[in-house]
Amino acid sequence: MYKKTVAELLAALADRTISSVELTGLFLARIERHAGLNAYITLEPERALADARAADALRLQGGDAPLLGVPIAHKDIFCTEGVRTTCGSRMLESFIAPYDATVTARLKAAGAVLLGKTNMDEFAMGSSNETSYFGPVANPWDTGRVPGGSSGGSAVAVAAGLAAAATGTDTGGSIRQPAALCGITGLKPSYGRVSRYGMIAFASSLDQGGPMTRSAEDAALMLQAMAGFDPRDSTSVDRVVPDYRATLGRSLKGLKIGVPTQFFGEGLSPDVRHGIEQALDVYRGLGARIVDVELPNSRLALPCYYVLAPCEASSNLARYDGVRYGYRTPGHESLIDMYKKTRAEGFGAEVKRRILIGTYALSAGYFDAYYVKSLRLRRLITEDFAHAFERCDVIAGPTAPSTAFPLQAKTDDPVAMYLNDIYTIPVNLAGLPAVSLPVGFDRLGLPVGLQLIGRYFDEPLLLNVAHGYQQETDWHRHFPPEFE
Amino acid sequence: MDWETVVGLEVHVQLLTASKAFSDAPARYGAAPNTQANVVDLAMPGVLPVMNREAVRMAAMFGAAIGARVNPRSVFARKNYFYPDLPKGYQISQYELPVVEHGTLTIDGDGAERSIRILRAHLEEDAGKSLHEDFHGMTGIDLNRAGIPLLEIVSQPDLRSPKEAVAYLKKLHTLVRYLRICDGNMQEGSFRCDANVSVRPRGQDTLGTRTEVKNINSFRFVERAIEYEVARQIDLIEGGGKVVQETRLYDSVKDETRPMRSKEEANDYRYFPDPDLPPLVLTQEFIDEAARALPELPDQKRQRFMRDYGLTAYDAGVLTASEETAAYFERVCEYAGAEPKLAANWVTGALGAYLNRDGLEIESSRISAEALAGLLRRIGDQTISGKIAKEVFEAMWASGKDADSVIDLRGLRQITDSGPIVAAIDAVFAAHPKQLEQYRTGQEKLFGFFVGQVMKATQGKANPAEVNRLLKERLSS
Repeated sequence: MYKKTVAELLAALADRTISSVELTGLFLARIERHAGLNAYITLEPERALADARAADALRLQGGDAPLLGVPIAHKDIFCTEGVRTTCGSRMLESFIAPYDATVTARLKAAGAVLLGKTNMDEFAMGSSNETSYFGPVANPWDTGRVPGGSSGGSAVAVAAGLAAAATGTDTGGSIRQPAALCGITGLKPSYGRVSRYGMIAFASSLDQGGPMTRSAEDAALMLQAMAGFDPRDSTSVDRVVPDYRATLGRSLKGLKIGVPTQFFGEGLSPDVRHGIEQALDVYRGLGARIVDVELPNSRLALPCYYVLAPCEASSNLARYDGVRYGYRTPGHESLIDMYKKTRAEGFGAEVKRRILIGTYALSAGYFDAYYVKSLRLRRLITEDFAHAFERCDVIAGPTAPSTAFPLQAKTDDPVAMYLNDIYTIPVNLAGLPAVSLPVGFDRLGLPVGLQLIGRYFDEPLLLNVAHGYQQETDWHRHFPPEFE
Repeated sequence: MDWETVVGLEVHVQLLTASKAFSDAPARYGAAPNTQANVVDLAMPGVLPVMNREAVRMAAMFGAAIGARVNPRSVFARKNYFYPDLPKGYQISQYELPVVEHGTLTIDGDGAERSIRILRAHLEEDAGKSLHEDFHGMTGIDLNRAGIPLLEIVSQPDLRSPKEAVAYLKKLHTLVRYLRICDGNMQEGSFRCDANVSVRPRGQDTLGTRTEVKNINSFRFVERAIEYEVARQIDLIEGGGKVVQETRLYDSVKDETRPMRSKEEANDYRYFPDPDLPPLVLTQEFIDEAARALPELPDQKRQRFMRDYGLTAYDAGVLTASEETAAYFERVCEYAGAEPKLAANWVTGALGAYLNRDGLEIESSRISAEALAGLLRRIGDQTISGKIAKEVFEAMWASGKDADSVIDLRGLRQITDSGPIVAAIDAVFAAHPKQLEQYRTGQEKLFGFFVGQVMKATQGKANPAEVNRLLKERLSS
């Protein structure tokens, strides 16, 4: 049961093969057994079982909801009313959210049962889940390796059968890269598709919540519940939410897949390259045409991102000042001293690094050289995609340059760590939807992820292209053997 | 040396919206601390701002009222600084692209009308309040005010004296109250003013170094703070020193300004566009609608009062300084059918003085417009004289009774019948034979003496014109 997709679990729940209480109990037991993975920060067993009982009761009365009784996990960046919401930080170690994020509320309304809150890089800043105040998360395919980040806990929860599905957020690759490293399907929707209200902000113009699942079909099911305009988020877009499952299974014959030459250059591991090429062969077999496209400015994405994201973060994280909630230093001599100590003690090194970078870049005399210039680069990168999409329907390439790397391999070298997101960051800058799906393993048996990028708001096509691949292959059904 | 004063004002106007600028919490004043703040105002993790449409409409109305450009596209920016009553660690404001630009406000300068340019008016949110008393060495934070919408109105440095600054501020105060976008309450901080002050030798084109004077929360203090600051700057320069560009705080108790923060603490606000709020885009329809919704503006009303009521510019100005006063005056005229000049004299004169004495607004005047009209009618039909009317007015104010009741109760009805007046004249002649003798031998200035005596004998109730006529008659017979 724990290996089943959400679609399969919904069928099993519907025909009473299993109850939500049984299913929830099963996941809770597995979470406890595999606590060593450190996938969760906070568990809500009593609440989960109560919600499961309610779901079962509703089903018994003939009621239904799109995800009724399905146990899921939330990345600990989504506010959950009455539940601790830490964002992976000491700063919010004992913060109980007084309200529900829109995503949380919508999934609750869809009948999903919340198991708990998953581990993550502190304030979503990281690519290995090692910046979490609550310790690193182990990759179930090799527990000496990282799961990727920042949504590492969610990726592992899904990959190791500790939840049927999970939510994640993606600012520069934080859904797709851990999905790739853990062998699951992760979708970053178009910017504006999913409400950011109640999703703790890292970089507001880039952050987007999305599903992390075992299959593209499950991603469609989850997105269906998560997506839609929210009057509380001025950047959410008021567009009709299509029926994402309705367009799954359409033929891929004649589909034009663009492959950017820039995504296959220096830094890409041969095993990943090999995996991607094989995946493209599968698409050829399905009748798709592979065409070369150019994203000439994508090499500028990383420097552009590492100005804009820290700029926004430096301001977004100013509210953690020890005044109203969260961590406050125990001893201080003055207001300024309280601020300094609170923030020095409450934030980890990576968060502080980015706050400093952002504060510097926004300072008088530097603003034009960094922030304004980066906005120009962002426009160029966005235009690159627009041009590329004149030649193709989706863009395909690797999600990450390598498979999962050993714990602590890159913790001393921020730039090496940042390079993990070299293929995912341009997508956030352009606000486009993209999905990562497992397409095989490297020589060490670690999952390889394929990234598919779609046109703005073209999630239906993107999910269908991913789904078509998963109908043809079973890489997404592989399960880490130690956690069977 | 002859120095010229140069002042520009930055006025923060709290907009009278039901809810806050970026959250749906109520924007009410005077509630128990922290009861008017929701998760958005508290800057809880994950919350997002949503612009209040009504605040935008008010800004657009203001723009239309000062003949400014209402920008179809403006941008919200974050002004970053740490302070305990600033929950997000930044204030949402408008920086490079404000919603309103380039308007004018006409004021009565020294002797002539002056047109003061308004550079911009932008939308932003208010901060909370830090309470330093009653917390035993700690500071209390009240976030009720946090997020209340403000319109910051920035003038060009066009004001040339403290008096002009006050005139500008009063005019702006009148305007925002006419527009019903601000209650104008300076004590409660709904209408706040900072002054940019500099001096330069008269005739010089370039501006001197300015200081920004904050915390000026009354019209009187604006004048005094600028006077102090101008004198300080002149003393400094004439003593061989230089004005330092800085922010200074006005202390109304000591009547002085002093530096607010040292240079080392000077803030770099690191403005950048707020990524949580898309640019504010206004359709032409929205802008036109705001302009159409304008009420009769103070200047228009003043012109109409001069034209239709034949009032002087001064009287019309005083009467239209508040919409309530103007409405009161118009009601008096309507009910009394009285000479408008007489009505204007009473509203600006006695009524104004009594309101002032008792600290009342005209809306809560103890004499209603209808009641004052009743009094004016009795002056008009000569039931009472102007002099007796003052006594009646005072009684009306004290008792709340109408004019006729007071007149009857006190027997103040004017005597116009010749019988009693002639009787009084004869009695006065009998009592003052010497003066009568002197008058008849040519001392005609004694006529006034007789008028006075007759008025006195009738307790002021005799119709003065009748007294004059009958006296002349008797004296020449």
